[in-house]
Amino acid sequence: MAQILSLLQAALVFGTVILFGAIGEILTEKSGNLNLGVPGIMYIGAIAGLAGAFWYETNVVTPLPWLGLLISLVCALAASILAGFIYSFLTITLRANQNVTGLTLTIFGAGVANFFGGAMNKMAGGVGQISVATTSGAFRASLPFLSDVDVFSALGFMVYLAIALAFITSWFLRRTRKGLSLRAVGENPATADAAGISVGKYKYLSTCIGAAITGLGGLYYAMDYIKGTWANDGGIEKLGWLAVALVIFSRWKPKHAIWGSYLFGTLFWLYFYIGGLTRSSQELFKMLPYVVTIIVLIVVSMRRKRENQPPESLGLPYFREDR
Amino acid sequence: MNLSNRAPIVRIVRRESILNWHGWLIRFVGLFLALIVSAIVIYSVVRLNPIKIYAAMFEGNFGSVNRMWVTLRDMMMLLCIGLGLAPAFKMRFWNIGAEGQILAGGIAAAAVMIYFGNSLPTWMLLSISLVASCLAGAIWGGIPAVFKARFGTNEVLFTLMMNYVAIQLTSYFVAVWENPFGSNTVGIINQQTKAGWFPAILDQKYLLNIIIVMTLTVLMYIYLRYSKQGYEISVVGESERTARYIGINVNNTIIRTMMISGAICGLAGYIAVAGASHTISTNTAGGSGFTAIIVAWLAKFNPFVMIFVAALLVFMEKGSIQIASQFNLNDYVSQMITGIILFFILGSEFFTQYRLIFRSGKEVN
Amino acid sequence: MPSLKKAICMQDITKTFGSVVANDQVCLDINTNEILALLGENGSGKTTLMNVLSGIYFPDSGHVLVDGKEVTIRSPKDAYNLGIGMIHQHFKLVDVLTVAENIILGMPGKGRLDMKVVNKKIRKISTMYGFDIDPEQKIYSMTVSQKQTVEIVKVLYRGAEILILDEPTAVLTPQETEKLFKVLRNMRNDGKAIVIITHKLREVEEISDRVEVLHRGKHVGGMMTKDTNASEMTNMMVGRSISLNIERPEPKDPKPRIMVKGLTVKDKDGIAKLTDVSFTANSGEVLGIAGISNSGQKELLESIVGLQPFESGDILYIDPKTGEEINLGNKGSREISSLGVMLSFVPEDRLGMGLVGNMDLTNNMMLRSFRRGKSVFTDRKAPRRLAHQVVKKLQVNTPGLTTPVRRLSGGNVQKVLVGREISSSPTVLMTAYAVRGLDINSSYTIYDLINEQKQMGVAVIFVGEDLDVLLELCDQILVLCSGKVSGIIPGKGADKHEVGMMMTKLKKENKHEPVK
Repeated sequence: MAQILSLLQAALVFGTVILFGAIGEILTEKSGNLNLGVPGIMYIGAIAGLAGAFWYETNVVTPLPWLGLLISLVCALAASILAGFIYSFLTITLRANQNVTGLTLTIFGAGVANFFGGAMNKMAGGVGQISVATTSGAFRASLPFLSDVDVFSALGFMVYLAIALAFITSWFLRRTRKGLSLRAVGENPATADAAGISVGKYKYLSTCIGAAITGLGGLYYAMDYIKGTWANDGGIEKLGWLAVALVIFSRWKPKHAIWGSYLFGTLFWLYFYIGGLTRSSQELFKMLPYVVTIIVLIVVSMRRKRENQPPESLGLPYFREDR
Repeated sequence: MNLSNRAPIVRIVRRESILNWHGWLIRFVGLFLALIVSAIVIYSVVRLNPIKIYAAMFEGNFGSVNRMWVTLRDMMMLLCIGLGLAPAFKMRFWNIGAEGQILAGGIAAAAVMIYFGNSLPTWMLLSISLVASCLAGAIWGGIPAVFKARFGTNEVLFTLMMNYVAIQLTSYFVAVWENPFGSNTVGIINQQTKAGWFPAILDQKYLLNIIIVMTLTVLMYIYLRYSKQGYEISVVGESERTARYIGINVNNTIIRTMMISGAICGLAGYIAVAGASHTISTNTAGGSGFTAIIVAWLAKFNPFVMIFVAALLVFMEKGSIQIASQFNLNDYVSQMITGIILFFILGSEFFTQYRLIFRSGKEVN
Repeated sequence: MPSLKKAICMQDITKTFGSVVANDQVCLDINTNEILALLGENGSGKTTLMNVLSGIYFPDSGHVLVDGKEVTIRSPKDAYNLGIGMIHQHFKLVDVLTVAENIILGMPGKGRLDMKVVNKKIRKISTMYGFDIDPEQKIYSMTVSQKQTVEIVKVLYRGAEILILDEPTAVLTPQETEKLFKVLRNMRNDGKAIVIITHKLREVEEISDRVEVLHRGKHVGGMMTKDTNASEMTNMMVGRSISLNIERPEPKDPKPRIMVKGLTVKDKDGIAKLTDVSFTANSGEVLGIAGISNSGQKELLESIVGLQPFESGDILYIDPKTGEEINLGNKGSREISSLGVMLSFVPEDRLGMGLVGNMDLTNNMMLRSFRRGKSVFTDRKAPRRLAHQVVKKLQVNTPGLTTPVRRLSGGNVQKVLVGREISSSPTVLMTAYAVRGLDINSSYTIYDLINEQKQMGVAVIFVGEDLDVLLELCDQILVLCSGKVSGIIPGKGADKHEVGMMMTKLKKENKHEPVK
């Protein structure tokens, strides 16, 4: 029993990181932009938040947890939005290829994050020596009324924030006028344009806001998952790509991303909790989320059920004069 | 069409055509601007003279004969992958799965070296692992192609996921072939016997790598430009409707081309394992599958231009390692600079396709 | 009977595109409580005129008055605000959204969507006029007729009082057409002003109160429908016969080359595009195919060439040398050429299908011939020679052989395409709208090429929209109407009026009284 709870907890924490990433990318892809820079944005969100907290804690004698939290949150959001803006500017206004731009963003984001992370590690005296304990503690503090409940006692507020964001995004897409316009932009930009909707504006906004949410995933990783430190081990990158997989798996529906993220988390950690597995077969287990995603991809394209398809103009640029 | 009373502040007009040198000039300007921005970034962070840093980068690449060979070797690796991507991209099939196809080929090569290392002569090992790697890569690349041809499955997402399946597969084999036990690495394969290793030619152990890839460069150029299949690739990529109109079997072309693409990436894996690191790990591709996408794209799928683009990127990488040790700096600065350069070049592409006309009458070319 | 009020007054509207005058000082009135039919052939300017009203085009000169006041319409939004709504031939709907979502797309309003209110309003409009749609149904599951209904409800929802429908029955079955007409009558009786752009005389007679006719950009006449008849309307639509002085050499020894028997083609929605079409194309003859656009011409040519699968029927090719009959039934184009059957096809979509826009002349010449020879490598010498020849013989105006063809003007693009197709010495040459958009000189060059091929014994099938050209160029004329063969008559001595009638009404239906 304790094992199962432990697995559940690990799955929830793991899942939260990719849930943020997936929600943000769903929002972006709904506008037709395929942003392969998700890992890069998560890197950037993580390092910006960490740097903010680090700077705060090393410069103040008694850091206040909530202020540290606030600072790192703001830093992460600002940096992620900037990253999203770079992608948007290149692909929407300068009409660059989306795949290449996204991959460049991932390379750049990884470089920036590892660079500043390494620098901070040095300043702190070595790898893993960064300790933004106060801020990290703030992130990991469980919700007051749940601190006695077994599994929930170890979950910080961001876990619930992710779930809330998923519901909000889902509601936004399905029940608001702007959400409807966004969906039209991603499916058929020519029709949306003819209806008087500003295609460019919607693409910009959804990509930047989507990047902000994705960046939160990186922030959560740094503050909660690895408890407020930095290691150049590429952990974030793996999670970033899993978030992209989750977008497909959830068929671009935020509510499905919720249980999907926990499922992926469970699949990912399953090997740890199954006794008697050789280390090699453990690796095969870790393949499961990706294999499952591929199966979903294939089945969706075979069955052709319209509601499960990717947004029709995903990855395609829109030029009014080509109409 | 709307007619406003006044023309907008800036109008974007598509260019009719652009002289070749004009296009390359714009890209160079982009590159130059990027270098300046990078220099500013470096300076603001570490307060070191950027020129000294760039000089150190040069040193890191060509400072010694040994270094020069390593630089060349890595350049060839990146170039090889780019060559694999070229036919797929020309067909507008976005193969993001090079990373996985390399690993597939690498696993195959390593397997041959490990299981037959003691029983077969090296030349046989090399031939078998060559074929095995290409086959493995072809299969890894062919699977997404079949689904795209048959069901229209999105190839970007499919090939992307195949990467991570491949990485896990590699981890699996690393665990199986673990040597020594518990180290979670395969170690140098056949270190004593050098069975299955690329032989040294003229006393240079990486010369064979270079020969193979340069030959491949020429072959790919000829294939794309002069062969019938290359022509089919161009037509399918430019206009699928026209391809069907003249009776090209589009599905077969997609699958065949992707198998070639995967095979060449598998070949890169073979070169990496048998000719460079002599081991297999999840780092064997090390992100070069993604970098090569950018190489192929920037070079506009021209194999000869790819040589220069690959050289530039490898230069950046090696140079940064040098900087790291020499100036006590982080070697990730290369990724940052690479990213900035790529952003600028991507952005400058816009100016090769469009002109800006300002209301004041100024034109930006 | 509610009184007519002048809703719209268009005065001296002129609109040109480059050198083409689409509307030449056209005057038109649109009244409430009235269904007006705007009649004309392809290229008469009727759609352009209505696009001016709906804000898609801005006229070069002229005035538009709405309710007596002069207005400027610069965008579809302006048109909506004036109560003008147009239902186009190509629907602007997002497949994966519901009816209601498509209808309110882009409309201003509260942030939160209250679909219940929207659905209610849609249902109210539906019952008022007799539509039958479910606001919560997704567009992708709807038939073409239902999608059209959505477009109509869309403009009504936005308060349109003046509705313009562009060829609405082109995509409808007779039963669906009946339903549409019922609804239109309801809307008219409710005070709306309705304009139908059409070619179909039967519809004009059945549904319209008044008819105005355009011919080659000019307004040529208008009257109350009950005061005119099909014959008079046809005359106005096709105009007087103009002599174009196109040569028509006498066919030498025509023998059957292509025999089509009972061809039926259905599209992916199951709608019949061609029904039981039979004819014979002879060698050394030009067979013209006349008909309103979208009567099945595209499907006919593409079936023969192997690009369009067909449901039933036979397509036979008779080899000129051996006399052997080869069944081309549903074989792909590659298979057909491997059988040694040399068919040439100049499609309507020149740059999107017949040529690769981004490639140069030589590479485009190679499209048909690149597979020749056993070598793995392409032979560029022969195509380059061909390119030279075509440029010289047809006087193609191009900066050089390496220019991408998309940069050539329309006439030159067509010369390149036709030049390539006839270079392979085909036994059958099929062209779709070969001279559409071409200047006079290029057009005559094409006519000469066709005559040249004809005299070499090639069977030429010429799909065209200009009746004057068809009457002078073709030896036989097949008239298609709604996917069926309305008649096949000799070109020499054919009467323009007669052909016009066949295009709009099936000959058999002439005696049948339309149901009011």
